[in-house]
Amino acid sequence: MEKIAIRIDDQDILAQKGSTILEAVLVNKIYIPHLCYHPDLKPAGSCRVCLVELDNGQLVTSCRTPIKEGMVIHTKSSLVERVRRPIVEMIIANHHMDCRNCAKKGQCELQRIRAYMKIDKKSVQRLRLPKEELPTDDSNPFFLRDHNKCVLCGICVRTCQEIQMVSAIDFAGRGNTTKIAAFGDKPIAQSGCESCGECVIRCPVGALVPRNLRRPAQEVKTICPYCSVGCSIFLGIREDAVVNVRADNYSPVNNGHLCVKGRFGLSFVHSPDRLTSPLIGRQGGFVEVSWDKALESVAEKLKKYRGEEFALIASTKCTNEENYIAQKFARVVMGSNNIDNSARLCHAPSLAAMVKTNGITPPTPPLTKGGIDGGYLLTKGGIERGYPLSKGGMERGVSDIEKAACILIIGANVTRSHPVLGLRLKKAVESGARLIVISSEEIDICRFAEIWMKPYPGTDLALIMGMCKVIVDEELLDNSFIKGHCDNVEDFMESLDDFSSGRVERITGVSRDMVAEVARIYATNKPATILWATGITQYSHGTNNVLSLLNLSILTGNIKYPSGLIPLWGQNNALGACDMGCLPDFYPGYQPVADPEIRKKFETTWGKSLNPEQGLTLMEILDATREEKIKVLYIIGSDLLSNVAPSKKVKDALKKAKFVVFQDMFLNETAKFAYVILPAASFAEKDGTFTNTEGKVQRINKAIDPVGNSQPDWQIICGLAKGLKSNGFDFNSTEEIMSEISSVTAGLPVQKDKFRFMPLQYKPPAEVTDIDYPLVLTTERDLYSGGFLSRKAEGLNILRTKELIYINPRDAADFGIKDREMVRVISRWGQISGEARLTGTTPTGLITMNLLEEKINLLINPVLDPIAKTPETKICAVRIVPQKESQDD
Amino acid sequence: MEVRLSNKQYKVLVGLGTCGISVGAEQVFLALERELSELNVKESIQVKRTGCQGFCQQEPLVIVEPEGIFYTKVKPDDVTEIIQSLLPEGKPLDRLFYRDPAANKPIPHYHKIPFYSKQERTILKHCGYIDPEDIDDYLEIGGYKALRKAFFEMTPESIIYEVKSSGIRGFGGAGFPTGRKWESCRNAPGDVKYVICNADEGDPGAFQDRSVMEGNPHSVIEGMIIAAYAIGAQKGFIYVRAEYPLAVSRLKIAIEQARQEGFLGDNILDSDFSFDIQIFQGAGAFVCGESTALVRSIEGKRGMPKVMPRPRTTEEGLWNKPTLLNNVKTFANIPLIITNGSEWFANRGTGKSKGTAVFSLTGKVVNCGLIEVPMGVTLRNIIYDIGGGVPGGKALKAVQTGGPSGGCLPVDMIDMPVDFDSLTRAGSIMGSGGMVVMDEDTCMVDVARYFLDFNQRESCGQCIPCRLGTKQMFEILDDITKGEGRPVDIDLLLELSEAIKRSSICGLGKTVPNPVLTTLRYFRDEYEAHIHEKRCPAGVCMSKGEDD
Repeated sequence: MEKIAIRIDDQDILAQKGSTILEAVLVNKIYIPHLCYHPDLKPAGSCRVCLVELDNGQLVTSCRTPIKEGMVIHTKSSLVERVRRPIVEMIIANHHMDCRNCAKKGQCELQRIRAYMKIDKKSVQRLRLPKEELPTDDSNPFFLRDHNKCVLCGICVRTCQEIQMVSAIDFAGRGNTTKIAAFGDKPIAQSGCESCGECVIRCPVGALVPRNLRRPAQEVKTICPYCSVGCSIFLGIREDAVVNVRADNYSPVNNGHLCVKGRFGLSFVHSPDRLTSPLIGRQGGFVEVSWDKALESVAEKLKKYRGEEFALIASTKCTNEENYIAQKFARVVMGSNNIDNSARLCHAPSLAAMVKTNGITPPTPPLTKGGIDGGYLLTKGGIERGYPLSKGGMERGVSDIEKAACILIIGANVTRSHPVLGLRLKKAVESGARLIVISSEEIDICRFAEIWMKPYPGTDLALIMGMCKVIVDEELLDNSFIKGHCDNVEDFMESLDDFSSGRVERITGVSRDMVAEVARIYATNKPATILWATGITQYSHGTNNVLSLLNLSILTGNIKYPSGLIPLWGQNNALGACDMGCLPDFYPGYQPVADPEIRKKFETTWGKSLNPEQGLTLMEILDATREEKIKVLYIIGSDLLSNVAPSKKVKDALKKAKFVVFQDMFLNETAKFAYVILPAASFAEKDGTFTNTEGKVQRINKAIDPVGNSQPDWQIICGLAKGLKSNGFDFNSTEEIMSEISSVTAGLPVQKDKFRFMPLQYKPPAEVTDIDYPLVLTTERDLYSGGFLSRKAEGLNILRTKELIYINPRDAADFGIKDREMVRVISRWGQISGEARLTGTTPTGLITMNLLEEKINLLINPVLDPIAKTPETKICAVRIVPQKESQDD
Repeated sequence: MEVRLSNKQYKVLVGLGTCGISVGAEQVFLALERELSELNVKESIQVKRTGCQGFCQQEPLVIVEPEGIFYTKVKPDDVTEIIQSLLPEGKPLDRLFYRDPAANKPIPHYHKIPFYSKQERTILKHCGYIDPEDIDDYLEIGGYKALRKAFFEMTPESIIYEVKSSGIRGFGGAGFPTGRKWESCRNAPGDVKYVICNADEGDPGAFQDRSVMEGNPHSVIEGMIIAAYAIGAQKGFIYVRAEYPLAVSRLKIAIEQARQEGFLGDNILDSDFSFDIQIFQGAGAFVCGESTALVRSIEGKRGMPKVMPRPRTTEEGLWNKPTLLNNVKTFANIPLIITNGSEWFANRGTGKSKGTAVFSLTGKVVNCGLIEVPMGVTLRNIIYDIGGGVPGGKALKAVQTGGPSGGCLPVDMIDMPVDFDSLTRAGSIMGSGGMVVMDEDTCMVDVARYFLDFNQRESCGQCIPCRLGTKQMFEILDDITKGEGRPVDIDLLLELSEAIKRSSICGLGKTVPNPVLTTLRYFRDEYEAHIHEKRCPAGVCMSKGEDD
């Protein structure tokens, strides 16, 4: 960029052309007092403190005035002084100065300005001081709002508008009674505020301060353990405790942003409920024992059940290294391929569609040392991998969304499930991307959409195939790409005959014109990105749903772009758990168990002959346990009883098991059925790597010692393996594990450029409505829930929406339901009760719940997707009755 | 009952502006209609509702045309006699005539009354003589002829040329040359453009825009259509404060009638040009009269002025499209300029202030009301010749112009000509046209305090100097009027005034200290008496108990 010369007071400086005076000056380490300027935001120019005088005697706000070659700027002239001084004096007079007791002391912009301008008490006392004091808003569990300290710089308002795009707060009132207020001047906790804290970290004074005021003695860089965005954070540490969290401004993943869970929700680390000692016992309760004793008793049992009687459920929250060790333990020590993880419940269809059915084996990255700091990228949704960041990989994957010309979101409430990725999407729309949202209910991101399509639940496949047909009919397909890279074209084209515009309209309820318009937008605005999540996969035809998306992406050639397909994985390391081979049919790197060559390779590396049979998937494991074919369940960091439906069958399985090992940070419902409980360390207490939703492998670093007697999962399993006299578990560090992972995945092909069209047929969901069960129940995401950990984080519980049952007012009238009334929801399989809320965001024919999963799991008895074996949990036919009338039901 | 009438055609005009209605004109009007319908004389005596006839102090007013008999303070009980006066052998009612206060002599015809005869009513000419709810009345006085002329005899360029040559300056307060504004908006790139009429008249004591909208709404609409045609706009808004319900309802009727007559909507007068107007009601914030705040308000945003440096509204206004924003009176002048030519307009007024000025004349003056005079007449002309001087034999002390952003001019400046530039030189502004006359019993510190109280409430709160500065100045003035002023306060007021004027974002903040600065400039001794002697020379401030 071109630099130009300007003169500030007596100093000549060079500054970037196009920057404002204030930016130019700050870059050159010269100070001009300012209050309402923030580098992340558009300059407001409202505090008037940054005024400077130009050579022609004009006063201008330095934050909004662009520099010009040869500009002469006076920051300390007598005019500037005469104008600025009274302004700052008035701010101070109005500010309820109480610096000694202020949380912002030492970091307050007003304090800094006052010191710079040498403003004394006497001159302030000439002014009239405020007489009244406004009450502090302490409704939010994470921060306080003190209006008396507010200087109305508007940074919080602009942050909420420009960065978060929520606009929960704005200026309210006029004149001197102006203040920052939520809608209706209600407490902030009752507003649309998402508690992201972006405003809190930007407030220049003590008006917005976090409740937790302990300042850290040191910081450790690591990765947030909640969702699969994988935000980079700094844990603030004091006296071996995590005292605060700060976003990493230089991370390409989150660019300094965090959501409420990442910023304020990590207090589970120090929850009093943490498991701190191994426990042995049953029914009557558990007794604390030493590690030696615990591992001994586990080893004792496991010896008896080697082979297919053993099953291991790995954790999507554990590191790659730990998951590698877990599957190696099951395969090498226990001789069983019965290993799976909870991604089976959500994204297995995505993997199945991309890996299995499409015949695309995603090569696992050669995890060399370089890979660990930067990581690797999953691009094309897991199809193409292996770009070390150092080689320009940063431009790929999720950060590419901002370059997308069209974004199609389907079956994902992204601003709630992946909030920081949501910010990126909003930004993309702002910079011109055309956003299409496909969702039966109104979700937050709909506000930003150009077109919001509302298909009937479970009919997405018809909609997408309908779009494909329009693209083919109107010749908007990418012929040269198809010719060079795709097969099965003719079968696919033929299958499109089933999706005439009239039929698609009847199946989906979306008008044919809208389908055609969206198809045109998607096909003609490249690159186009598709994002999807469980709203697509948790169906009895989930794999086919994903295949329809692949078809659409292949047809238009969009699959060749790095961000063409982005599955939004749920947990922080769900993708990593799959990558690492915590799957019954794949070794690490999606190397098939069924392939004898591959098995041989692993037998050589691991020094042990391996079970040639593919293992069972999660749901099959539970069935087999119930049938007493599987005798031992080793459960790591999962709450099967709460997460898997139907609850009764899970309970039966846990009861039938001869031996259950439970390894986690907290006790949960599942743990009650364990024989031995092994306390695991949290993410803050260990090293390792997480793989985020775009396939980036990111390093986590130990910040504090394991709480109590807990241990990192990999150490526990290695200890157990040694107890079972098994070789190959002598690891001293996670780096050693990573280098073994690299060796077993080395030499895998990096890229696959052949894609296969899949002819598809529309099949309705297995659950259908009828006269007795006329409504469709679907589940809703809550911003403040992020799995079990979030329930152990103070404050998130307060903000979490109550368990509510949402129903459209028209349906409510039909079924005699009143707002805020207790109701009973009855399915073919069970019933639950809860409070009803009438809302227009839920369309007629649907009811939505944000109940905890364990409650939903009482209502459903899902059919499995035949390919991925994922249960159909997104949809359930129900009826709803007022509680008082339901006694005789 | 059978009544024989002469062949004469009478028009009985009842002033039904907000001002007249507030003192019972509606009842007078209804009584007239009722009694006439009983008499069955509709052909010869016609009762007409009109807007404000100007002489608000004497309302309810009834004018009988064609003679121009002028009845003041009419009550419903007077109606029978008024009708009888129109019957053969009837005689005008002496007791309802206006009486010259000095000579105590009745003046039966309005054009003989100094309040009217000394004025030069042009945009107010038909206010009070036509029915604002009947487009035919407007057409009868030549309404929409200017529009036809503009459409069929002129090009957009020549319209703008005409407006420029007339020298007309915006009547919103700042006095920006209207023609230049139009030209810049026409030249701004873009197909979508807007015209906005600023009818958010918020100054305390100002009601001239309201009266124009209530009395002759079509003149404003016609002006807007011509403007739209000239700049190439498709859509117009009238931003009128919701506190003006009558103006809103008459504008609505007028817009609907104009649509029916083909003056608004698609293919106006069968041309290719389409334009329509929507009314947008303001929600009561004074600052929304500021053009950029007004634009934001229409956009549904909080009404706060935009911060400089910024593009002009003519280039990036409503929804970032080129937007022409003019005051009610500016638009009302346009049909006259188009019909009569720019020269006709430029012939009146002073060097750089052409045409007429409309004032709401209020305060300590005998004849309160709505007046229109050529630019350049003196304050003395206005206050004494038209206003009839100060009542009760009191001495004139000061004149306040320009509302809360304006200033107070002392009595020795009353020979100053009233135009944009002279007022600015004297430390005040033309503003939107409020003019408050003050007599010897007025305390100038109290006046300043009053306006600062208004300003501190109405500051939008966006920029710190205006938000905190108005509050500080008000509190200091409040202390002074309570006898709690401090010796440093005058310097402090001057210091704050400079900072606020020089650093505020918008015109509101930049003019907000004017009431203080002008009273300090011309009446500093009053401040000093309050502060040092704890005494209010006018006897207004400080409670009586403290006098001893």
